[in-house]
Amino acid sequence: MTRVVRKVLCIVCPRGCEVKVVIEGGEIKSIEGNACPRGAEYAVTEVRSPKRVLMSVVKCRDGDLPVVSVKTDKPIPKDKLLEVSKYLANIEVKAPVEIGDIIVENVLGLGANIVATRPCRKQK
Amino acid sequence: MAGLVYDVVVIGGGPAGLAAAIKTTEYGLKTLVLEQGEKLGGITLQCIHPGFGIHYFKEDLTGPEFIYRFIKKIESLGVEYYTNAYVESIEYRSIMEKKISVIMPGRVLDITTKTIIYTTGARERHRYEINIPGANVSGVYTAGEAQAMMDLWGVMPGKRVVIVGSGDVGLIMARRFALEGARVEAVIEILPYPGGLTRNIVQCLKDYNIPLYLSHAVVEIKGRKRVEKVVVAKVNENLEPIPGTEREIECDTVVIAAGLIPQVRLLEKLGVPIDPATRGPIVNDYLETSIPGIFVAGNALVINDFVDYAVEQGEQAADGARLFIENKGIHTRKWRRIVKGRNIRLAVPHYVSGDKDVVLYARVKWPEDNVWFRIPETGRKLFMPKVRPAEMIRYVLAKDDILKTTDKITLEVSGQ
Ligand SMILES: Cc1cc2nc3c(=O)[nH]c(=O)nc-3n(C[C@H](O)[C@H](O)[C@H](O)COP(=O)(O)OP(=O)(O)OC[C@H]3O[C@@H](n4cnc5c(N)ncnc54)[C@H](O)[C@@H]3O)c2cc1C
Repeated sequence: MTRVVRKVLCIVCPRGCEVKVVIEGGEIKSIEGNACPRGAEYAVTEVRSPKRVLMSVVKCRDGDLPVVSVKTDKPIPKDKLLEVSKYLANIEVKAPVEIGDIIVENVLGLGANIVATRPCRKQK
Repeated sequence: MAGLVYDVVVIGGGPAGLAAAIKTTEYGLKTLVLEQGEKLGGITLQCIHPGFGIHYFKEDLTGPEFIYRFIKKIESLGVEYYTNAYVESIEYRSIMEKKISVIMPGRVLDITTKTIIYTTGARERHRYEINIPGANVSGVYTAGEAQAMMDLWGVMPGKRVVIVGSGDVGLIMARRFALEGARVEAVIEILPYPGGLTRNIVQCLKDYNIPLYLSHAVVEIKGRKRVEKVVVAKVNENLEPIPGTEREIECDTVVIAAGLIPQVRLLEKLGVPIDPATRGPIVNDYLETSIPGIFVAGNALVINDFVDYAVEQGEQAADGARLFIENKGIHTRKWRRIVKGRNIRLAVPHYVSGDKDVVLYARVKWPEDNVWFRIPETGRKLFMPKVRPAEMIRYVLAKDDILKTTDKITLEVSGQ
């Protein structure tokens, strides 16, 4: 059976434990090196399905600034970050925009919405 | 000249300034905020990544999300403010009277105030300050300039990027470029350890396979009109380039993220003593400078990696201003000096009164594991699994402990 050891640097707290996750035949066999249970939880997620919040900007027509900043309202799989970022490069919204406004619903079917993180007022 | 007379004038409309102004307004003090930019908010407006407000709001917000909570409060309290208002000079007339001259589009304004809370933030170190010679070409930006281009104006500064400096600002910009489809060739760090938080090393570099070269420096920028390549070299313990280790990296953009320096020009002109370690003014525990009634907070006081601390300092300065106005000055019996002991690079405030609990902020000189942050004079110690120059130590010094001391209070980091 294949045995893989994955090293994950835990970033839950400043302690920064190096957690070793031993995987055999696709199953997690042991977790070592974490000082607390949160470290184990973090390492498992990092090994199974690492997720991140994406932030970017999208074009905003008639706004006080040419772009408005956005983020995903939930973490999305790490390997989808670039794809979503590319997708957002072609999105344009129209001012006014408020913080929290949904810019794209369920982006690329990932179960997360793209929301505005800055207001964009209509330019006078 | 009636009309423009205030209890408190806050110079700088970033997080520290807005937090201070909210508090002084809530205390019933007549307050005015002056901001040179078009909008309130300071540097956070262009920091679209998360990591703001974890301590203050117990929520992980982006820079703009964080600052708009303060801007809304400013609006709802009706705090007076001017944007596009550049403070050009400060004049000390008497203990309860300072004159500020402000340049605004088409006019110059003179304002009289009892106290000033100075929160002008920091400026970035530029290429020549860190000694990068070579061609004077386009394509060289400070991290803040590149960030403003991308996140406020939607313009990509370049496609192949080398980042100089591994502090949080450099790391965050590396990720930002990678996410926008640019190729980040390398992050170059002159010190033997990274300057930024571990979290950012992992989430900004490792996630995108961006190489980090420690103990390396950019020694030359080459190019005709635009950057074409940089020359990097290994450095020795004295941070000098080692001959023969040079190597070229092709790129079209160089981003300088070589640290921030408190912006204290107007205070220097007034003769306020500056601490060479923080590069901000020397202050007491009300965050008052050597000039009565002039308080400093945020990055103008000390470079803060957490916006939460900048806000906390703004609020402390607001308390200082209130006390100053109520008592016509801050009078205390006896100041204790904060002394830097083993492995402490900087600490603020510099003097404490014993009137109240004090929040101390300190940074170490070099990284260490499993150490104690100790104060011999009070007998207190705090275990720290890790100390890093990049991470500010925040410690609350209790009033009762201060009263046990006589003339100095030493901070140190050591094995026992
Ligand atoms: C790239 C970057 C990333 C960061 N990331 C994080 C993070 O993830 N999490 C976190 O908690 N913190 C982060 N920080 C730190 C945080 O942003 C700062 O600690 C905070 O913004 C400091 O606030 P301030 O009010 O002191 O200064 P600033 O935000 O710099 O505001 C100062 C204001 O003063 C104004 N001003 C200056 N001079 C004058 C004058 N003469 N007249 C009138 N106005 C003037 C300026 O225009 C500016 O608006 C980051 C900082 C940077 C640069």
